[in-house]
Amino acid sequence: MNEFWHDAGCAFHPVSAPDYLPVAQLRQLQLHRLKAVTQRAYDHVTLFRERMDERGVKPDDVQSLKDIALLPFTVKVDLRDTYPFGLFASPMNEIVRLHASSGTTGKPIVVAYTREDLRVWASVMVRTFAACGLDRGDIVQNAYGYGLFTGGLGAHYGAEALGATVIPISGGNTDRQIMIMKDFGTTALCATPSYFLRILERAPEMGIDLRELPLKAGIFGAEPWTDEMRKRIEPEANIKAYDIYGLSEIIGPGVGSECCEQNCLHIFEDHFYPEIIDPETLEPLPDGSEGELVLTTLSKQAMPMIRYRTRDITALQTEACPCGRSIRRIRRISRRSDDMFIIRGVNVYPSQIEEALLAVEGTAPHYQIVLTNDGVMDDVEVQVEVTPEAFSDTVGAMETLRRKLSASIERIINIRVNLRLVEPNTIQRSEGKAKRVLDLRKK
Amino acid sequence: MKIHQLSMFLENKPGRLSEPCRILADAGINILTLALADTQQFGILRLIVRDWQQAKEVLEKSGAVVNITEVVATEVEDRPGGLAIILETIEAAKLNIEYMYAFTFRSGDRAVLVFRFDNPDAAIEVLQAAGISVVDGVELFDRARQ
Repeated sequence: MNEFWHDAGCAFHPVSAPDYLPVAQLRQLQLHRLKAVTQRAYDHVTLFRERMDERGVKPDDVQSLKDIALLPFTVKVDLRDTYPFGLFASPMNEIVRLHASSGTTGKPIVVAYTREDLRVWASVMVRTFAACGLDRGDIVQNAYGYGLFTGGLGAHYGAEALGATVIPISGGNTDRQIMIMKDFGTTALCATPSYFLRILERAPEMGIDLRELPLKAGIFGAEPWTDEMRKRIEPEANIKAYDIYGLSEIIGPGVGSECCEQNCLHIFEDHFYPEIIDPETLEPLPDGSEGELVLTTLSKQAMPMIRYRTRDITALQTEACPCGRSIRRIRRISRRSDDMFIIRGVNVYPSQIEEALLAVEGTAPHYQIVLTNDGVMDDVEVQVEVTPEAFSDTVGAMETLRRKLSASIERIINIRVNLRLVEPNTIQRSEGKAKRVLDLRKK
Repeated sequence: MKIHQLSMFLENKPGRLSEPCRILADAGINILTLALADTQQFGILRLIVRDWQQAKEVLEKSGAVVNITEVVATEVEDRPGGLAIILETIEAAKLNIEYMYAFTFRSGDRAVLVFRFDNPDAAIEVLQAAGISVVDGVELFDRARQ
């Protein structure tokens, strides 16, 4: 990679250039790539070809970006049904890497990359890091898990391609993470937000004040988190906490990222074409309305995904971002339809509970939602850890806290929950994606 | 004149009370007295120990949430009406008692009442003006050793 740009005082990494493409050119590029990827999937992926034929649609019918609505959707089940290699569009001798999802039930979901796919992946991760203000000279501690999970290697090669110094520490072993962060002078940490909470909690116990370390940025993804959580994290560690977005089915991390504005996530739409649909009717929705995000990989070779339903709920922002990037933004994903649970007929997302809890002063970000059923009715218990700031020696004050938390939740989800205050460290800490909901209802 | 009291958050489930007591015992810390406030879901354990700083440290190290409150200890004769006089004094001064508990020493005929006030300094003034003996920490722990 050329590195003259840096010495020449360039304001952005040249790899970020597509972020600033004039809209007309960007649409032209997208259409060109959409046609090619549709043809590729049609020629090489049986499932896609069958669905196209069923609808009587040919790749040539795609003449404008709007025509994407003619194409069939792809859903997660399709990846399971064609396990392991059924959706590959490249022969094995062109595939250089496989990853798989951390599926907890049954078979994992397998994804594949050609050498060109890996190059694209690294390039979108470079654009992610550059958007988060990182540069050559930064020391990036990568606490995403290395292995089949796309997070570790995705962030790793992106940070290397940027020219940053990468510490490939992977997830877990919190004490060592903190020691290395201090000793190596880490300036940016890649982790899940819930794992960073664990680090935040552990550091003072080791006598380390994160605010005094060179750490300046957190690149947090792989699970939904809220603005309220960011308001807690940033001052406690004196960092900027950036939300990044990605999913293995599309490429891994690097589908989208916040920029210095920290207001919505830019989608690297020259490679990943976004649509918002109504999850019930499957009709495309106009920009600005909330619905399910659907992504089409415009340049993927090994495993093109056409109109993949992400199950993530968001909205496409139309206003231009003050950062100057022309690629569109999506609102932060605070809700995944996968995480949604239905209680007494009402749809509830864990992020709504998180938002409600953090709105009350002095409460911990450590919580868990336990669903039970006594044979008649569903019950929700929200367990919240008591913090030293929130603890009082009088029963009255503690009962008030409990009432406040439960009222705050009721205001948002309109359901009365059982709020239980629990001792610190009783809710299991995650080193990867946090498990917020424990469903003990009999299926 | 104020006494440092430790308070600790406990979940209301079997075995939760013995753990802090064991931790303090292992650190060689003797509990002068304790009181437990409980609700259906949780409890608040209040402890008076001589080495409150050390006790706070070992309990926190075990992962507990502990805070320190200043309480006021008064001494009364261990006979009918002893407590009533003090309470009447407090009431007359319109001081609010958050909670209180009492204990006696092995020897002697006096009882110690521990009060948690909103404003402990004002309370001490009122009590002393009424001729009620307010005991400070040093005195309290010396008495306990007799």
